[in-house]
Amino acid sequence: MKVISIPEYCLGCGLCEIYCAAQHDGYNGNVLKAYKKGKPAPRSGLIKFSQMSWLNTCMHCDDAPCLNACISGAIKRDENGIIYIDENRCVKCYTCVMVCPYGHAQPSSESGRIIKCDLCRDSEGIPACVSHCPNAALKLVQGGAEQ
Amino acid sequence: MGAPLNTGFQMGTPVFKVDRDPDRCIQCGVCVNQCANEVHHMDSDSWMWTEDEKCVACQRCAVLCPTQAISIKDFPVIFRENSHWGSASIREIYRQAESGGVLLTGMGNPRPYKNYFDHLLLNASQVTNPSIDPLREPMELTTYLGNKGDLISQVEKPYLKLKIPIMFSAMSFGSVSLNVQKSLSAAAEEMGTFWNTGEGGLHQDLKEFGPCAFVQVASGRFGVHPGYLANSAAIEIKIGQGAKPGIGGHLPGEKVSEEVSLTRMIPAWSDAISPAPHHDIYSIEDLDQLIETLKVATGYSKPIAVKVAAVHNIGAIASGIVRAGADIVVIDGFRGSTGAAPMRIRDNVGIPIEIALAQVDSRLRDEGIRQQASLVAAGGIKNSADVIKAIALGADAVYIASAALVALGCHMCQMCFTGKCNWGLATTNPELSKRLNPEIGIQRAKNLLAAWGHEIQEMMGGMGINAIDSLRGNRLMLRGIGLNSQELDLLGIKSVGD
Repeated sequence: MKVISIPEYCLGCGLCEIYCAAQHDGYNGNVLKAYKKGKPAPRSGLIKFSQMSWLNTCMHCDDAPCLNACISGAIKRDENGIIYIDENRCVKCYTCVMVCPYGHAQPSSESGRIIKCDLCRDSEGIPACVSHCPNAALKLVQGGAEQ
Repeated sequence: MGAPLNTGFQMGTPVFKVDRDPDRCIQCGVCVNQCANEVHHMDSDSWMWTEDEKCVACQRCAVLCPTQAISIKDFPVIFRENSHWGSASIREIYRQAESGGVLLTGMGNPRPYKNYFDHLLLNASQVTNPSIDPLREPMELTTYLGNKGDLISQVEKPYLKLKIPIMFSAMSFGSVSLNVQKSLSAAAEEMGTFWNTGEGGLHQDLKEFGPCAFVQVASGRFGVHPGYLANSAAIEIKIGQGAKPGIGGHLPGEKVSEEVSLTRMIPAWSDAISPAPHHDIYSIEDLDQLIETLKVATGYSKPIAVKVAAVHNIGAIASGIVRAGADIVVIDGFRGSTGAAPMRIRDNVGIPIEIALAQVDSRLRDEGIRQQASLVAAGGIKNSADVIKAIALGADAVYIASAALVALGCHMCQMCFTGKCNWGLATTNPELSKRLNPEIGIQRAKNLLAAWGHEIQEMMGGMGINAIDSLRGNRLMLRGIGLNSQELDLLGIKSVGD
C-alpha cells in the first residue's frame, strides 16, 4: 500500500501535512492540541513547484533502499508491507536520507531522528492525509514502487 | 471636466466580517492559500490579518480551516434603522456612485417574493385508497420527452427517455469550469438523464457525452456546427433565461481562454456577446423556420426544445412555440440562476415558474395541443418536493442548475461574474477550476439525483400513485395554503380543506 498524489487536483492547501502531524505523536487527530500544545511534525511534506503541488510521501518500495541501508535496524517492514521506523533505534546516521530516491525520509527538527510516513498504521481507517484531502487528490493504492 | 479622481476612499463599510478565533488559529495558512479574493494574509512573522471588505462570504476558508477558527459574520450595521432604506440599498448606491456602472450579480433572484412551491401541499392516501410502499412495489419514474403526436400518426417522432424526470440545466463552458461539465455530463449519463451544454459549444473532451446532451443554439450561435448538432440528444433553442429575460449575454474577453475560444469558435480573449434577441427570430413564424431548419439539418432525428423565460402572457407565447413545431418547451421561472446578470433585471423581471407552468399547461390543454410538446420547468427548484409539485402542476420534467451547483460545492455567494469562484465552479481560471475533482463531482451529482428519486418515489407512494405519468398535471394532488382565490385560480388548484 502507498499513498499517491494526483497533482492535477492538488490544491496545495496543506491540510494533508496538518492532519498528518495531528495523527502522529499521540495527538489522535486533534489538530488544535497538536499545534497549540504540542510540537507538530508532519511525516510527509507538501511540495510546491511553479503552478504545481503534490504531497511527497513514502512509496513503501518493494525493495526499499532505506530498509536495506539502515545500519541500526530502525527501519522495518510490517506484515502489511508498510515501511515504518522505530525511532528509538535511529542513530541519526541519515543513510536513509541519502538513499531514498524520493527524498522522503527526513530528520525531525525536534529530535534529529528520522520520521517518515507509516500510513497511520497505529490508527484505524485510511491514512489521515487521504481522508482529509478536500479534493480527493490523494489516493491509497495497493502495491509499492519497484526499485 | 477634469480627470477622474483617483481616491481609493469608499463610503461603505464591509458587508462581512471575518472572525478569527485566536485561541483556535494555528497559523497554518490554509485560509490564505485558498482565498482567491485575497481576504486573508499572513506576514513572514506569522501575523494574520484580513481585508474584510473583500470577503464575499463564500465560506471556503471557514470550511477548510482545520480548527474551525474562522466564522464569517455580517459586519455590524452602522446605518440608522430604516425600514425603507435598508443597508443593501444604501450600499448599492455607494457602489454605483463610485463606479458609474450597472450593478452585476450572479445566481438567482434572492428577493423575498412569494415562493408558491412553499404554499402548495401534497395529498396522501388514507383508507379510501391504498398508499404504496416504494420499497416493496415497483415505482415508475421513467419519463418520455417529445412530441407524443396524435394517436393515429404512423410516423414515430423523435423522443427522449429519462429514467428520472430531472435534468441538468444549461450552464456553458466559460460560465462554469470544464470540471463542472465533466461532473454533470457523466452523472447524467450514468443516471439515465440529460445535461445541457449551454451556449458555449461542446468541449472536445466531452464529445462522448454528446448523446446525453441538450446542445444549445442561442443568439450568439457560439460553437454551433454540423458535428455539434449531430452529436446530441436534443437541440435547444434558447430564447431567454429566467434570471435575465430580454437580456443577452456577455462573457468578458478575460474569460475567453484558448480552450473557451476553440469550443465557442471565436477569437481568444475577445468578448463573447450574445445579442438580446436572435436576429433571425422576430416572430413565431421566424421561430418556426429555425426549428424546421434544425430538424432538417439533423434529419428529423432529434427533438427540438425551445427555452423561454417565464414572462407576462407566457401562455400565448408557449402556444406559439408549440405551433411553431417545438417538441419540448422549457419555461424558466424568475428564480432561475445566471453566471452574470444586471442586478435590477434579475431581481425585477419575470414571473414565478409555478404560475407560468400552470398557465402554460392549461392553455395548451385548452387548445388541444398539449400532447404535441413536453413541458420542462426550470428556475428555482430546490428539492424533490418542488419537483413533484412542478410535475403535478403540469411539467413533464424539470431542469436543475443551482441545486446541481450546490451539490458540487456552491455556497451561493452570488459572485459568479467575478471569475474568482473559490469553489472552482464559475471560473475558467485553471488554478481555481482544479478545485472541483470531477470524480467527486460525478459522485455528488449522482447522489443528489438518486436521493431526490427516492424521495419522489416516497411521495408518489403516499399519494397512491405508482407511475410519474399518473401525477403529471394531476393538480387534484395539490392544495394551496395561504393563497388568495385568484392565485388558486391561476394555479388551477383547490385550497386546503376543499
